[in-house]
Amino acid sequence: MAKQLQAFAVWRLLVLAILLGSTAQAQTDIDAIMMEKHAFCVGPSYSYSSFKNYWEGTRKRNNLNMGRVSTRMFGLMGDYGITKKLNALFGLPYVRTRASAGTLHGLEGVQDLSLFLKWNPVRRKWGEGVFSAFAIGGFSLPLSNYVVDYLPLSIGLHTRNLLGRVMADYQRGNWFVTGSATYVYRSNTRLDRNSYYTTEMIDNTEVEMPDAMSFNLRAGLRGYHLIAEGFLNNWTTLGGFDITRNNMPFPSNRMNATSLGVNVKYTPTWAPRLSLVGTGSCVVTGRNMGQATTVDGAIFYVFDLSSHKKSSSNNPKM
Amino acid sequence: MKKIIRITGLWLLLATLLVAACSKVVRGRTQDIAPLSPGSTDIEAGNWKPVLLTGPEQFPVAAPVATNSPDYIAQLSEIKSWQTHISQADQDNIRYWSAGAVLRWNEILRMLVAKHNLAPYQNPDGTYPVPSAGNPLAYPQFPFANPPYAARAYAYASAAQYDALVAAWHYKKLYGRPAPYQVDSSVQALVPRTDLPSYPSEDAVVEGAAVEILKLMFPGDQDYIQQQASLQRQARIQSGANVRSDIEAGEALGRQVAQLFVARARTDRAGAAGGNPAEWSQLEQDATARGEIPWYSLETPRRPPMLPLFGRVKPFLFDSATVIALRPPPPNATSSDAMKKEVAEELGFSKDDSRDHYRIVHVWADGVGTSTPPGHWDAIAAEDFIKMNLSEVRWARNMALLNMALMDAAIVCWDIKYYYFNPRPTQMNPGIKTLTGIPNFPSYVSGHSTFSGAASTILAHLNPDRAADYQAMAQEASMSRMFAGIHYRSDCQMGLVVGANVGNYAVLRATSDGAE
Repeated sequence: MAKQLQAFAVWRLLVLAILLGSTAQAQTDIDAIMMEKHAFCVGPSYSYSSFKNYWEGTRKRNNLNMGRVSTRMFGLMGDYGITKKLNALFGLPYVRTRASAGTLHGLEGVQDLSLFLKWNPVRRKWGEGVFSAFAIGGFSLPLSNYVVDYLPLSIGLHTRNLLGRVMADYQRGNWFVTGSATYVYRSNTRLDRNSYYTTEMIDNTEVEMPDAMSFNLRAGLRGYHLIAEGFLNNWTTLGGFDITRNNMPFPSNRMNATSLGVNVKYTPTWAPRLSLVGTGSCVVTGRNMGQATTVDGAIFYVFDLSSHKKSSSNNPKM
Repeated sequence: MKKIIRITGLWLLLATLLVAACSKVVRGRTQDIAPLSPGSTDIEAGNWKPVLLTGPEQFPVAAPVATNSPDYIAQLSEIKSWQTHISQADQDNIRYWSAGAVLRWNEILRMLVAKHNLAPYQNPDGTYPVPSAGNPLAYPQFPFANPPYAARAYAYASAAQYDALVAAWHYKKLYGRPAPYQVDSSVQALVPRTDLPSYPSEDAVVEGAAVEILKLMFPGDQDYIQQQASLQRQARIQSGANVRSDIEAGEALGRQVAQLFVARARTDRAGAAGGNPAEWSQLEQDATARGEIPWYSLETPRRPPMLPLFGRVKPFLFDSATVIALRPPPPNATSSDAMKKEVAEELGFSKDDSRDHYRIVHVWADGVGTSTPPGHWDAIAAEDFIKMNLSEVRWARNMALLNMALMDAAIVCWDIKYYYFNPRPTQMNPGIKTLTGIPNFPSYVSGHSTFSGAASTILAHLNPDRAADYQAMAQEASMSRMFAGIHYRSDCQMGLVVGANVGNYAVLRATSDGAE
């Protein structure tokens, strides 16, 4: 589920942006699937994302002193059905970064906790199919005092974020399409050093962080045992500046990325409470971000927390 | 009703978000400080010892016209007509510049250094292009403002401003022309009033000197520099602090004095500090001949060493023979047990990458895209000088002492680095991963430690109340290089000692320049 946390992190975030897209498991904050009332779907996830090439501003390059920059993320995600129309989701990642060349030390640590409320107020027949509309609100906050000013190896940007998303879904038979738009308000962040240069010199530890928007479009097959979809995701930072030639990235860079990916979720017949999710994606175009390829996998199990036991599944019953 | 509440709630939320968004703006610590209001005018500063000037009258400044002359009255009218329609932007500009000319030009210089502190990207064949002063806007842009380059720029800018102000103070006292608001009570003083004579304008002197030095050091940024100069001149006239002839005389004096420094800079041997491939390989051969493992660049592709002949640049506070006399004993032999122990200690620091170590390393890293360690010490000094309410001439003197010490520290340190050509810890053990980038020059002695030793020594003399703090900062800056895994303990300890030795020459000058 909320792999999005990462959505909040950033360079990696670009990765993230991808991730954002890739959070394709069932019942994420970016899909149109809701948990049943009192059902709690939870499980671990792992993702590996790496890039060799990145965009310095709009100039694409590699860096022989970094080699391949990789980010591994171990996450725990969950989705609880408060009601059939209102779900609460959380995500908690541990992130680890490495550079395959050069001398720079990698970093690792607990990153940002994210929480979402997902509301599905509209669900009605439309033609031969069903139309649903969603509103999602979320926030994330850093859980540890991790290093910010060490991109691309920092594990996040250490901002507190508020996220608002509107999403629409249309399903006809087993085929569906979902689109969403998200606005992310980001707090400022703080560096260890007390002076830095962006396009001007600022004698302060605090860095003004631009907000961001993201767009996600996904479509494919949504069946009882199998969901298979392709997605397109865009992360656009609303402001910020370009990395200058041969400079290091900075938290308030204008980081943009568009990625394409596929996501598959499988629920075995013999274990209807279990689901296996696999996602792959890559950045196709970007700015001040790495051209990352990301794969991730997750296992979820649905617990029924209602007082009188009744069978429930994390599968959509559309 | 419910709907109204919902809509109101939505707008309230939106408004809250907007306010929150607006409050994101981050201001620098010195951006909004109070106008400079010196405790003393230092009216006798015309007698202080200059750096290059032979005397305060080396460049003549003509006597000003009388304050009852038609010329002067026209100049007063210029101020008065400005003051009838002064905009918010004008007021902000006045307030910005009234914090002090030396402070603001030092900040501008730090900004330019940070902007240009970027090593060139390699050519396709793995060689590296060299920035050209003759074509500063072509990639790689001129200059690459690395620490020695920056130290030299700060020193020339500060020393030129100081000499020009010593001359200005001489003429101020000689001519005694009062400020416009003292001559005509209908001229408002939009800056603090002072009894310091206004001719020639000290702000324009600093501006004229700064512009000339920056023209040499940052030839590609003239548009920005000239724009700042013009805003400053405008602020002084609009504020009622100076008439136009105060400004013109001051700017001309500042430029003339700065030309002495420009001439010195053209012949101080910095232009040849990059060396050539034959000289680079000679350094390697010399180290090998001594039985030592020579330094090599840890960048890919290997980058030529940074300014290997900077140790031959002409210092300000002593002669070149003293540079050699200030060399410490050699570092541990690369094959010695002592070296093995130091490498092991660094491997330990590399593995112990605690959050607090990152904090210390990153506070003091002053690497790519920053104003460099000399700029960091300038910022520390400036924030303390602000609190000391110094006159412009004393501001300039203190900055000149600090920055001459920092430039000479760079010269001495670079001489030592290339004389011994000692490898970095990661060259000795590639398992040592670093918490910041490894600078592209030899290890012994630590540049940060040398800069910090020099700066803390002269600052302790200039501001004794904070002597212990400067000492502690220098220690932390020095240790940060060990925590980062990029310097041995002996590099850092010896760097502090060498730096303090350089700093003491600045103290010696300070005690004999007539200002104390």
